[in-house]
Amino acid sequence: MSRRCLPLVLLLLAAAAAPARAQEPIRVGFLTVRSGALAAGGRQLEEGFQIFLKERHGTVAGRKVEVVWADTAGQPALTKTKTQELVERHRVHVIIGPLAAFEALAINDYIKQVEVPIISSSAAAEDLTQRKLNPWFVRAVGTSAQVTQPLGDYAAKVLGYRRVATIADDFAYGHEGTSGFQRVFEDNGGRVVQKLWPPLNVADYGSYIAQIKQDVDAVYAGFAGANGLRFLKQYAAYGLKGKIPVLGNMTNTDEGILKSMGDEAVGAMSAGWYSAAVDTPANRRFVEAVRAEFKADPGYYTAGAYTAGLFLEAALKAVNGRIEDRAAFMKALRSVRLTDGPVGPLRLDEYGNPVMNVYIRRVERRDGRLVNAVIHTYREVSQFWTYDPKAFLANPVYSRDFPPAKHLE
Amino acid sequence: MAFWLLQSLNGLALGGLLFLLSSGFSLIFGLMRVANLTHGAYFMLGAYVGLSALGAGSGFTAAAAAGALAVALAGALVERLLLRRLAARPPAQRTLAQVLVTLGLAFIIADGCLWIWGGDPMPLPLPPALAGAVRMFGLAFPVYRLAVVVLALLVALALWLGLERTRIGAMIRAGVDDMEMASGLGLPVSRLFTAVFALGAALAGMGGVLGGPILSVYPGLDVDMLPLALVVVILGGIGSLPGAFAGSFVIGFVYTFGQALLPDLAYVILFLPMVLVLVLRPRGLFGARAA
Amino acid sequence: MRRWPAAAALALLLVPLVPSAYYVNVASQVLIAAVFALSLNLLVGYAGLTSLGHTAYLGVAAYAAGWLTSRAGLGHLPAAAAALTLTVATAAFFGVLALRGTGLAFLMITLALGQIVWGVAYRWVSLTGGDNGLTGLTRPRPFGLDLGSPGAFYLFTLAVAALTFAALALYVRSPLGAAVEGSRDQPRRLRALGHSVWMVRWLTFVLAGAGGGVAGLLFVYYNQFVGPQALSLTASAEVLLMVISGGAGTLVGPIVGAATVVVLKNVVSAYITRWVMLLGAVFVLIVVFVPEGLVPGLRRLWRPRSRSRG
Repeated sequence: MSRRCLPLVLLLLAAAAAPARAQEPIRVGFLTVRSGALAAGGRQLEEGFQIFLKERHGTVAGRKVEVVWADTAGQPALTKTKTQELVERHRVHVIIGPLAAFEALAINDYIKQVEVPIISSSAAAEDLTQRKLNPWFVRAVGTSAQVTQPLGDYAAKVLGYRRVATIADDFAYGHEGTSGFQRVFEDNGGRVVQKLWPPLNVADYGSYIAQIKQDVDAVYAGFAGANGLRFLKQYAAYGLKGKIPVLGNMTNTDEGILKSMGDEAVGAMSAGWYSAAVDTPANRRFVEAVRAEFKADPGYYTAGAYTAGLFLEAALKAVNGRIEDRAAFMKALRSVRLTDGPVGPLRLDEYGNPVMNVYIRRVERRDGRLVNAVIHTYREVSQFWTYDPKAFLANPVYSRDFPPAKHLE
Repeated sequence: MAFWLLQSLNGLALGGLLFLLSSGFSLIFGLMRVANLTHGAYFMLGAYVGLSALGAGSGFTAAAAAGALAVALAGALVERLLLRRLAARPPAQRTLAQVLVTLGLAFIIADGCLWIWGGDPMPLPLPPALAGAVRMFGLAFPVYRLAVVVLALLVALALWLGLERTRIGAMIRAGVDDMEMASGLGLPVSRLFTAVFALGAALAGMGGVLGGPILSVYPGLDVDMLPLALVVVILGGIGSLPGAFAGSFVIGFVYTFGQALLPDLAYVILFLPMVLVLVLRPRGLFGARAA
Repeated sequence: MRRWPAAAALALLLVPLVPSAYYVNVASQVLIAAVFALSLNLLVGYAGLTSLGHTAYLGVAAYAAGWLTSRAGLGHLPAAAAALTLTVATAAFFGVLALRGTGLAFLMITLALGQIVWGVAYRWVSLTGGDNGLTGLTRPRPFGLDLGSPGAFYLFTLAVAALTFAALALYVRSPLGAAVEGSRDQPRRLRALGHSVWMVRWLTFVLAGAGGGVAGLLFVYYNQFVGPQALSLTASAEVLLMVISGGAGTLVGPIVGAATVVVLKNVVSAYITRWVMLLGAVFVLIVVFVPEGLVPGLRRLWRPRSRSRG
């Protein structure tokens, strides 16, 4: 009896003594958008992550990476279903995405419930790392206001603007960005004298542009998606380009739409946690790789997804590839520190949001193409700017009504 | 004063744009009683085709013609192969089947455009002759927007003359009024209907190119434009092309002034008045027939 | 053919035994969509009134229930009751407005009303959360049962869907139901018989709204959030397409339509990138081969030799 059992016992011992690292691939669930109005952003997210994987030949921290792409069509109910599919059917180890802020909020509770690490590669909703904290959520990109707060500082202190009109997409991302700008701008002596909120899918900006007060020093423009392109075109058509400078949020002149713009965009300023024109060796390599593969400059989404990949890599290395130990992997994710990536140096604050550079940019023509030239860099910018986090969080979340606009004329 | 004049011009321009958008829908519904819910997608398809034509080096007029022709062809095929089969069905079922097929086609065309042209938003370049601006009140008012008003007028005139003053127009009207009598008289009624549908589609496609310099071309343009076309046609009066013309400008003004004076109601500024008008006058402002 | 309903009922009851939680969840979503489509079918199929604003009722119920439980601290049962009451009141009011017209005017008024509700949901940020919607909502605990697991929630949804289906079947076979079909086919004759066509239509409108509200409650319990995207024109068009593609005016048609759209959107989309185009193609093919809808059409094709009702 014992002789027949011996091979079995030996086999079991051998298996038990084998190295703890499993050889099955890491499964990454990627929530993207492939249909509808947000499809361009979704494609850029995928491209960013594909470049990341290609550079590493599909192996990160010694393990192969398998990606399951899920198309959410930008509809939160579908996002939830797809997330469930990734977690329950494909048993992914980590999720990257989703694209839109409202999608991320819709799945936030589910993620908490199933305890799967999620790295946001584009969703900028403030509360995800402020008042609606999720221990399983980290963000690889900045919040909506993280870039517009420094912009307010720059506008007041460096550009010397005193009176600004704001015009932004009427949804949470637009509200949050505008509020961040307004708060810091007014704290530094500026005044927001007019606030316009065109609906997200408005046919025409003409009637809004015609309302902009002619005597303001600048216009803050907080658009997303295709709207920055449409707005700047009409802004120039109405003769305001060159008369009243434009200060944009990061997506107003994002590289993804900048390539389709013309002279109307030249001179438009903006603030972002990335620009394809950031002059570091790491970024130059990244931009060249993206240009070679996809014939376009990387922008918000491409850089966001690539940075999410860097997060994955850094955390995996910290746990020696053992992504199966979720708690340890999550802890490693929250301790990620990047020194050398396209967006520059980055570390996470205790809320899971990056503390990173914010670049003040201006659109210029270089070598026949339009770029977001970097004219100033704010370093180590947190989502709270220079405010105390506890005091910041005691306030309501940035919205159309907060902070209240006291200087409207 | 400046505000009122500027916004009036904006309202006028928007009205012109809306007429270019909705004339095709009004034609098809007025003459054939078909609610062509593919209309927004035709508009977008025309814009994309025009964009490609411009990219290939054609002039603006040629691009508009290309957009019109491409969509006319699509429309003709749709009418001939799909809508025609539904003509024999009982009316209640026919309407529902029309909704199903036109929306299904809208999905196909919209996703097809995304596949072929990609998801990046693209501006449609202005025709160089109309690229200037008229200076007034510190702003420059784009000449193209004024041109859109003129274009809308020309299209309206051409349609009206075509239907009221030509033989083909008379044949079409005869076919619409009494199909059996008309075909009994030897009129090629079914071919005329295909022509009408193709013309409506062509107007949508051309509208897409003409509206492109203002709206740009992007995925989702179809979904944004279709409700506007519906609002205009319903408000102006179903079956009335002059009604659609007037309705376009009414909506243009209401929207432009409404969102400027009542920004909190921006999302409902189109639909609230529409509900009011329809509740009081279900046939629309200028509608002749009962809805 | 007699065995179909029993077999179907058995299959539905056995769904929670499927090992994959994902598919059980898809089944729940099919049921919710089916309830929604069945409610719209009352208007579209039986009353002959095409509505493009039906998501308004799903939205009012979902937002009301969500807000009352999360912001006002109400229990689920009173919140659901209040939500349904509000939905019925909305439908009653909207019905008066919409029934000023028929045909395209009716369609447009319902579209406009639906868009107004959407606009309010989008813009009244302090109440509805704007485009972020209401999140962090909880599921009810009927009779103390925990609906957290996919299987438990599915059975709850199945029970509600079955009750709704039964109610609709009763309605359709009742004299009022006959009157509704009469109002669609022969309004003049109905009037001559002394019935108020308007009243029949308005009652149907309110009932359809109530059914939409039930679907809204199921929606918010399932997703545990609600946002304005669920109230968009696209969503209204989608449910209309479910009804028409499955077969308006039949009891089972909308269920089949709902299943088709939900499965294509959620499951097939994982395999086919151009699933939107596929969905459109399915609709076009339905019109070509079975223009009266999948259920009546397949019945017709299944029995080519038996005489159809005509």
